[in-house]
Amino acid sequence: MSTKPKIPTIWDIPREELFAPGHRMCQGCGAAILMRHITKALGKDAIIVEATGCVEVTTTVYPQTAWKHPWLHIAFENAAAGASGVEAAIKALKRKGVIPKDKKVKVVAIGGDGGTFDIGLQALSGMLERGHNVLYIVYDNEAYMNTGIQRSGATPYKAWTTTTPVGKVWRGEWRPKKDIMGIVLAHRVPYAATVNPAYITDLYMKVRKAVEIEGPTFIHAFSPCTPGWRIDPALTVTVARLAVQTGVWINYEVENGEFRVTTPVSRRKPVRDYLKLQGRFRHLTEEEIAEIQRMVDEEVERINRLVGKTVIGPVVK
Amino acid sequence: MAGKKKLPLSGNTAIAYAAKAADVDVISAYPITPQTTIVEKLAEFVANGELNAEVIHVESEHSALSAAVGASAAGARVFTASSSQGIALMYEIMFIASSMRLPIVMAMATRALSAPINIWNDHGDFMAASDTGWVMMMAHTNQEAHDDVILAYKIAEHPDVLLPVITAIDGYFMSHTIEPVEPIEREEALKFIPKKVTWRVLDPDNPVTMGPLGTPEWYYEFKRQQHEAMKKAREVFDEATKEFEKTFGRNYEPVEYFMMDDAEYALVAMGSVAGNVKAYIVREARKRGIKLGLIRVKLFRPFPAEEIAEVISNLKAVGVIDRALAFGSSYGGPLYGDTLSAAYIRGIDTPIVNFVAGLGGRPVTFHDIKTMVDATLALDGKTRKDVPKEPYFIGVRE
Repeated sequence: MSTKPKIPTIWDIPREELFAPGHRMCQGCGAAILMRHITKALGKDAIIVEATGCVEVTTTVYPQTAWKHPWLHIAFENAAAGASGVEAAIKALKRKGVIPKDKKVKVVAIGGDGGTFDIGLQALSGMLERGHNVLYIVYDNEAYMNTGIQRSGATPYKAWTTTTPVGKVWRGEWRPKKDIMGIVLAHRVPYAATVNPAYITDLYMKVRKAVEIEGPTFIHAFSPCTPGWRIDPALTVTVARLAVQTGVWINYEVENGEFRVTTPVSRRKPVRDYLKLQGRFRHLTEEEIAEIQRMVDEEVERINRLVGKTVIGPVVK
Repeated sequence: MAGKKKLPLSGNTAIAYAAKAADVDVISAYPITPQTTIVEKLAEFVANGELNAEVIHVESEHSALSAAVGASAAGARVFTASSSQGIALMYEIMFIASSMRLPIVMAMATRALSAPINIWNDHGDFMAASDTGWVMMMAHTNQEAHDDVILAYKIAEHPDVLLPVITAIDGYFMSHTIEPVEPIEREEALKFIPKKVTWRVLDPDNPVTMGPLGTPEWYYEFKRQQHEAMKKAREVFDEATKEFEKTFGRNYEPVEYFMMDDAEYALVAMGSVAGNVKAYIVREARKRGIKLGLIRVKLFRPFPAEEIAEVISNLKAVGVIDRALAFGSSYGGPLYGDTLSAAYIRGIDTPIVNFVAGLGGRPVTFHDIKTMVDATLALDGKTRKDVPKEPYFIGVRE
């Protein structure tokens, strides 16, 4: 059965900052908002293992660091494997009496969509399948942004990237986004959830839950990228909120197999409202927007079927 | 020391016994022939409660070493093992493990690299690791294979070194061959290598950032420090082997000299083939009045250039046996390259010739060794200018 803690308000979020300012992340970076609030939700007793990517290169330019947690970066594809090692070490050292048995330490792996959906998928699967007590968080900005906007398995249908350019033959990415949550849930993990930086209290509650639950847990975080998506840096949260309001992104959690939408949307906005703010979709024709609308409608229908009632409503213009 | 119980152990089992004696906390490994029986034996020890460790059943060698890095960074004594393609898959993380200065110990049962896929022994995998910043040793008896693991932790965890260490044995020729081995017991091992965390670890009470971005302003200094650590590793190797001899009664040097006191000629070799050369020296060469000796390189990184150059300087001719090829290089085999450089920068004129032998498990026979000895003797009275510019490919069908 799913535990139903008190729904947190903005006043429940700790004031203490564990993610220091002065890093090199872009203006309006969605991942920066995510990291700030994820670290607040984790509290001090965590060890973070980070994959190579935007967040890694911009927050740890030697000799400076933005991290007040113990933090480890090894390489691109192995945050889950590195975290497995940290977790196993803590387990062994607790058993041998080197680390006090009651010392609370949560191991958290963080990777981008490239480091998770693509190059790090094998290590992630291994970590989930072996049952390590690790929370894995993917900040999904839907392309290889660190190297300059190349498509990844997380790039959405029709999005422009530098390796899926819009030309006479190509019209941006032609394959749908990989279903990472489906892949993770196939590992029968005790907890997996999606979060969005426009819904901070929802994010806070889910990270807290994922930390408390024993075993491998997973959070898929929506992460708008201002240069990569070609959006105004002032509109990061607006775009993130529109993703939820249009049904492009659905905030939900799956706890011990029980599926729950945490941000119901009674009346959806059309996907056009979400797409039109982003330069990566500026080439879309009316037909193409209609096609994306149909794809979103289908996904919403699937989610409503899973829940057993209409939690995401119809498009109302 | 004498009268201690000896056990009939394969090279792999001897290594597993040593990792058990070292009381390793985390074992992170992936099966690959011919290393597999090391981790099988360790799993058995853990399953029976003889060793208190976490076994991470990783899904690849890349993750094996990545998890080892994570576990070491968290303060555990970590052990892993691999061969051939496994080493190749770890390659990326091998540089990171040494650059992050984590004292991981990895046993390697050496095996040829694909293609064509070949599970038999040569030194292709070992030599491919030679620039990864790991301290590298190669044993030539199972006792030595066992002792090397204990020595490896002594060197790796020394606060002036903090580098990962490879302890290698020849796949099959040693990994699966049984010899009498006197295992070091846990208590005596832990007196020699006490469990003390000498490196920075991940701890919420004392947070550190590990693995940051090193800009051109800083990267070079990191590399320079690694170079210094490698030099320190040599000093610590010498201290450690001395203390080891005092404690356990067995003496190891960076280079083993066999019948070198009066030698006029020598073969330079590593690993199991050194045993064949020793047998040839005793049974054939010396009986024919040829003053042949053997220079066996045990410590490959840092390379004992000084010792090797010195001993070579007094010889009439030297042959270097390589069990790997450095394709397109100016020399041929990697051991030859290091030997040549050691001699050249010290102005030594002794002719040194290269033999490539035993690739992909091709046996190096007595007849092959005779061919190599004859070619070495043929350089008597010659200078380095007369040395063939191509290696001799021994035992290959042309």
